[in-house]
Amino acid sequence: MIWFVYGLLSCFKLLLVPAYRSTDFEVHRNWLAVTHSLPLKQWYTDETSPWTLDYPPLFAWFEYLLSQVAAFFDPEMLRVSNLNYASNATVLFQRLSVIITDAFLAYGTKECCSFIRASGVRKSSRWTLTWGSPISVLALLVLGNAGLLMVDHIHFQYNGFLLGILLISIARMLQGKYLSSAAWFSALLNLKHLFLYVAPAYGVYLLRNYCLCDPEEPESRGLWILGGKRLSISRVAKLACIGGLICFASFGPFIFAGQFGQVLSRLFPFKRGLCHSYWAPNFWALYNAADKMAVIVGKRLGFPIVSNSAVMTGGLVQEFEHTVLPSISPRVTFVCSVVTMLPALIKLWLSPANPLHFVRCIVLCAFSSFMFGWHVHEKAVLLMIIPLSLLAVLWRKEARIYLLLSTVGNYSLTPLLFTPLEIPLKGLLVLCHAVYAFVQLHQMFNLQKGSILRLPLLNRFESVYTLGLAPLFLYQHALHGALFGAALPFLPLLLTSTYCALGVTYCWAVFYFHFLFSGNHKRKIH
Amino acid sequence: MVFSCEALKKKITKELNASHVVSSSRRSESSSLRGFTLLVVAVGLVVRWAVAVGPHSGQGRPPMFGDYEAQRHWQEVTLELPLRQWYANSSRNDLGYWGLDYPPLTAYHSWALGHAARALDPAFVAPHHSRGVEHDVHRLFMRASVLVAELAVYLPPLLLYTRDLKTNPVLAVLYPGLILIDHGHFQYNCISLGLTLAAVVALKRRRLALGSVFFSLAINYKQMSLYHSLPFFCYLLGVCLRQPTWAAALSKLVKIALAVVLTFAFVWAPFLYPNPADVLQVLHRIFPVARGLYEDKVASSWCAISVVVKVQNVLPRTWLTLLCLVTTLGVVLPSNLLLLRQPNNKNLLLSLFISSLGFFLFSYHVHEKSILLPATAAILLLPHHLVSATWFLAISTYSLLPLMVKDKMVVQWAALLVLFVAVAAKMMPPANSAFLRTARKISLGGSIFLVLAQAVVTPPQRYPDIFPLLNSIFSCAHFLGFLIYAYWVQFRTESKQHAN
Repeated sequence: MIWFVYGLLSCFKLLLVPAYRSTDFEVHRNWLAVTHSLPLKQWYTDETSPWTLDYPPLFAWFEYLLSQVAAFFDPEMLRVSNLNYASNATVLFQRLSVIITDAFLAYGTKECCSFIRASGVRKSSRWTLTWGSPISVLALLVLGNAGLLMVDHIHFQYNGFLLGILLISIARMLQGKYLSSAAWFSALLNLKHLFLYVAPAYGVYLLRNYCLCDPEEPESRGLWILGGKRLSISRVAKLACIGGLICFASFGPFIFAGQFGQVLSRLFPFKRGLCHSYWAPNFWALYNAADKMAVIVGKRLGFPIVSNSAVMTGGLVQEFEHTVLPSISPRVTFVCSVVTMLPALIKLWLSPANPLHFVRCIVLCAFSSFMFGWHVHEKAVLLMIIPLSLLAVLWRKEARIYLLLSTVGNYSLTPLLFTPLEIPLKGLLVLCHAVYAFVQLHQMFNLQKGSILRLPLLNRFESVYTLGLAPLFLYQHALHGALFGAALPFLPLLLTSTYCALGVTYCWAVFYFHFLFSGNHKRKIH
Repeated sequence: MVFSCEALKKKITKELNASHVVSSSRRSESSSLRGFTLLVVAVGLVVRWAVAVGPHSGQGRPPMFGDYEAQRHWQEVTLELPLRQWYANSSRNDLGYWGLDYPPLTAYHSWALGHAARALDPAFVAPHHSRGVEHDVHRLFMRASVLVAELAVYLPPLLLYTRDLKTNPVLAVLYPGLILIDHGHFQYNCISLGLTLAAVVALKRRRLALGSVFFSLAINYKQMSLYHSLPFFCYLLGVCLRQPTWAAALSKLVKIALAVVLTFAFVWAPFLYPNPADVLQVLHRIFPVARGLYEDKVASSWCAISVVVKVQNVLPRTWLTLLCLVTTLGVVLPSNLLLLRQPNNKNLLLSLFISSLGFFLFSYHVHEKSILLPATAAILLLPHHLVSATWFLAISTYSLLPLMVKDKMVVQWAALLVLFVAVAAKMMPPANSAFLRTARKISLGGSIFLVLAQAVVTPPQRYPDIFPLLNSIFSCAHFLGFLIYAYWVQFRTESKQHAN
């Protein structure tokens, strides 16, 4: 079933081969060229192209593997100096590489599905249906996620592949295969260090459920006792071994080549601003918007506010100085993220042997870092949406949060695509995903019909907010140009990110509240 | 007394339960079908636009470009010139460069679009200076105009039709042929085909006059719709003849005739009014006799036979047209005569299929795109003959391959075809006859083999057109098979009815 869905969606993705592609396409072409034609020593030092390699080494190895195949399509793309090269064969190869590596996403989904089916956590008469069963819905929600389609198959990135590995790791954890899960996750960290954001959930869950064990278990020889449990040395050692081995496999060659420092300096550049050029819809977007509002209001009231023009057209420049509200330093964002993560982690510690709480905690960790992180990319919203899909097909409350978050989150990705032909495409993609999610989840939870201003599963306020995205889309792409011409170019983006930030923040608050105070779930699995 | 009271109670609760269950299940079913239809339409639109972001015919190929430029040029011409000169060659209207050769409704549509284009950006339709305009904003405008046309004209009757029959619209909406031609290659077939669908739906609901108006409009949008005209004529006439009294028959006939005549008069009035001779020039443009027997390598019988004997070289043109006429009518008439005698819905659909396929296979000057006409009939037949109709639709899409190679849309073509066949396979009941299974295997295997061969082998010097020719022979053989099968279905059910 899942491979069938994967095949169908691959056909659709093939249609997008000639669509718009961002500079990320050239980024990855350059990495193919660098890994293929330069010696290992120069992978992280080469500066021929401005798009230098800044992913962890395992991703470089991945590009190296791809480049071996790329040579059969068009060897020209593998020349480092051949900047902005995009022959038909190059485009086809790069697009195909994304489509094919999406198989990881399909496999991860399949593993999660088989867990859900076997665990019996959701009792329903719909399991017998072909297209309406929870696992089919899950497969389509994940594989056909509009955000992934836009970011990976139009904009061009490998998020499907990476999130697929995350899903495999989550599935292993759900199945109780802790070591395998840890192995997949450390591979993921070595592919893209962005996933460090969800590492705390892994740490807490593994420590509580794997490293701590009952004194009767054979592996329980350990140092100290904690609440009647022992910390098993052998298990800690196993975890450390696996993590270490994988990191060594990825970083090792660079350590021997004396490149370790160089690699690290590429991975963690601290010269970027608080927000990306288009503000990701998080807390800081609201903060920036509040600052701007304060400036406008303050000027009206006659306060002497000094502001340079760069601030007022802000966002187009990466550095952003706040005028009224205090400026934010990276340390503040870090503290905020950690502090907001803590309650969730504590709750996870207090409710052992509940792997679905682990999934919730992953979502919340991703949420916290998204809401308060430094220089957050809008694409990071996928890191919440994809794991949340798992929960959406199981519980009604989470289905409701999923519907709201996925619609708003996908919408918040649309500014990535701005070329004329892609405007209807992105609108239709978001619409399609929303229609599918609403129709299927509505049927799955068998609820009364909604009305025009009341979407299924949402309350009236949330429905009006969600429907409000349609006029926002119209304003952004048609009305604004008609009203202001070329003036105020940043206004539509500012509106979009503020509007979406409201929804995302709301989802975060509701989900967090639900996680912390909804009891320890009577329908626990096992 | 006690007994009866008990019994009464039982009966009432039972009935209440039953009615409750029925009504709730019906409600949920209808609401789920509505939700599903909405979903199918959304997916259909996404797929259409995903094709639309790809290339169009003649993109970046001056000096003639392709159908995209033709449509844009018509907007320019109709906007600039007075109506009288639209179809006439003049210093301001070079008919050699994509002269207007579709009926007036297309011209009016172009004129309306031209106004919209001028409002957006006058450079889109600037006289003489706008040739070959195809930047992104213009493509957005053109592509959107097709999508709007399809949403407004094609999808509503199609969805009404599937809703009436309570069937799944997914295959009909995802038919790749129309998507590729309209949203990829660039044409507005959805309008004339949509009007034809509307006519069928109207006839199905016994609105004869309305149906004839719709079909007349279809002909007036694209003359190709004439392939469908014979069955419509026979059906309407047949219905009239079956009226109980002569008076009833006559009044029906007059009503229909009036509807047709008025529609035509309405569409052609601007050309008729001061100087009726203008109509002749339009007709001359619409029906060019001077063109060849078939265009490029099309899956028509004449093209397939050309391997053995090139008919067009043996016979003079007058004989050739006569030959075409006789064979086409010979193929098409029996079905239509049956329809005349038994004008029911099923016969109408089968005759529409047989007639348009017969015209495609045997008539004079056939385009590869004309396969969309029998395909539309096949879409209507989907609820009744799922397997064979899907098969035909797949092969009809396959037959577009040479065109897709020319338009550089092979990836889109393959993706949509695989998507369509996969979705269909999931819906199909397992084939129960060994013959059918083998036939399907041969058909599928043959098409895959041919495609792979084209991808791998370069054609030999002596036969540069070998692959398009093989494709057309392959498709033509299928089409002949489908023609015979459709005849068999139509006459088998007829003989069964007689037996009953």
